[in-house]
Amino acid sequence: MENLVEIKDVNFSYDVRPVLKGINMKVPRGKIVAIMGLSGCGKTTILRLVAGVLKPKTGTVKVDGRVMNELDRDGLYEMRRKMGMLYQFGALFTDLSAFDNVAFQMREHTSLPESMIEDLVLMKLNAVGLRGARDMMPSELSGGMARRVALARTIALDPTLIMYDEPFTGLDPISMGVISNLIRQLNNALGATCIIVTHDVQESLKMVDYVYFMSDGVVVAEGAPEDIRNSKAPFVHQFVWGEMDGPMPFHYPGAPYGADLELGAARA
Amino acid sequence: MVPIWSWGRLVPERVMKGLRGVGHQVVNGVWRLGYATRFFLVTLMRSATSFRRFRGLTFREIYFAGVLSLIIIIVSGLFVGMVLALQGYETLQRYGSSEAVGTLVALSLVRELGPVISALLFASRAGSAMTAEIGLMKATEQISAMEMMAVDPIARVIGPRFWGGVLSMPLLAAIFSAMGVFGGYLIAVVLIGVDEGAFWSQMQNAVDFRQDIVNGFIKSVVFGVAVTAIALFEGYDAPPTAEGVSGATTRTVVTSSLAILGLDFILTAFMFKGV
Repeated sequence: MENLVEIKDVNFSYDVRPVLKGINMKVPRGKIVAIMGLSGCGKTTILRLVAGVLKPKTGTVKVDGRVMNELDRDGLYEMRRKMGMLYQFGALFTDLSAFDNVAFQMREHTSLPESMIEDLVLMKLNAVGLRGARDMMPSELSGGMARRVALARTIALDPTLIMYDEPFTGLDPISMGVISNLIRQLNNALGATCIIVTHDVQESLKMVDYVYFMSDGVVVAEGAPEDIRNSKAPFVHQFVWGEMDGPMPFHYPGAPYGADLELGAARA
Repeated sequence: MVPIWSWGRLVPERVMKGLRGVGHQVVNGVWRLGYATRFFLVTLMRSATSFRRFRGLTFREIYFAGVLSLIIIIVSGLFVGMVLALQGYETLQRYGSSEAVGTLVALSLVRELGPVISALLFASRAGSAMTAEIGLMKATEQISAMEMMAVDPIARVIGPRFWGGVLSMPLLAAIFSAMGVFGGYLIAVVLIGVDEGAFWSQMQNAVDFRQDIVNGFIKSVVFGVAVTAIALFEGYDAPPTAEGVSGATTRTVVTSSLAILGLDFILTAFMFKGV
């Protein structure tokens, strides 16, 4: 199977502390791949590398056969037209209505007549079930609705690659189900390749084709959802079943408890 | 690497720490100034969109920066003119030249108070709003979302706001001065009873088009560029947090007010050196 995204030996650091250490990942065309891990383990950084917002210190990020970290601004913008990114909190333009948000890219990048744009936007809004909310402003939408409008905006130009940054965070179970259903349907209907960055294990294991587990900047486990569920690797087991203590300690490293409470002298 | 000899042996550590702090501040300040200049130049270079889509994008910003500032500009202009006339009349009549109050009001407004006060008002009304808007757009990832959609935020968001502000500022200053002259007329002629003919004719004789009006216009353009550029840069550079945006908004008002007054002194020194 041809890979749409290939990440090879990527190292990255924002300043001196390394965020990614020798990451290798492959995203086959038409599949849904999840990147899981604790908060702050470098998941979102990978999305930014794929989008070309950040450049790796060493290694290559290839999308659709082109090396993202070698492109200039025009090349990057050309590649980004084939990508869509759903942000954690939607990132809707607050000065535009739901309709105008979805129409934004069509108006910026195409010279389609307004009547056709209207039809396309209504189709996209219909796909997320919010055709009736076309004239609402982002401030009038609930969190779940805003995320759905943002999803409609993400798929406005039918991207080949859709990236989801924590799509389930902060949603009620119903909205969460709606979004995860939509992601799967979009993948089926548009044939889009998806990368989902998430720490919502149970919801995403139901829908993805392949999972990468990250911890502290390295891929610690990978495999199909069944392999992950049945994994005996202690870290994966702790993460999937949400156990409090394990290889990933509950306590942030610090001085011994007794010493912090100044009980050292009494004990000694 | 351990240095063989360092100032640390002569100067106490506390003093060194203070000096390092000062150095850090200076380097930081210079770095930020350079960054702001680059931001300004990039904005200018990518301004084509603002003019190509003038009706769609820049019009809206002229409305927000200019039209919505009209009330405060009109009311302030009127009152400043009225106060100038009251004070001017009070002093001038002692020398028996109360008709010159028109000249006094018009010259002080067109040369100084019009551009300066309207720029100060513009900074606190429109400038702070721009900073807060851009800062919040950045904090809510709207700017990076735009970047992800292959739309250049500098061309699409910053450019139109910059030109909207720059085009509004001279118009606002002109309206401010006109309202001030009208306020002066209300007080001097209507209320106090200064001779109307003398009021207007002395004013017309004294105000020179090139020397006064054009110079005042140039001032207001310079202030418009300074205020809008500072406001947009502060917004774009604001840390994406509540404190970050509020700090940036405050800095916009403080920095652009100081910039207006400093630039006004420099411009005046050049423009009116022979007068």
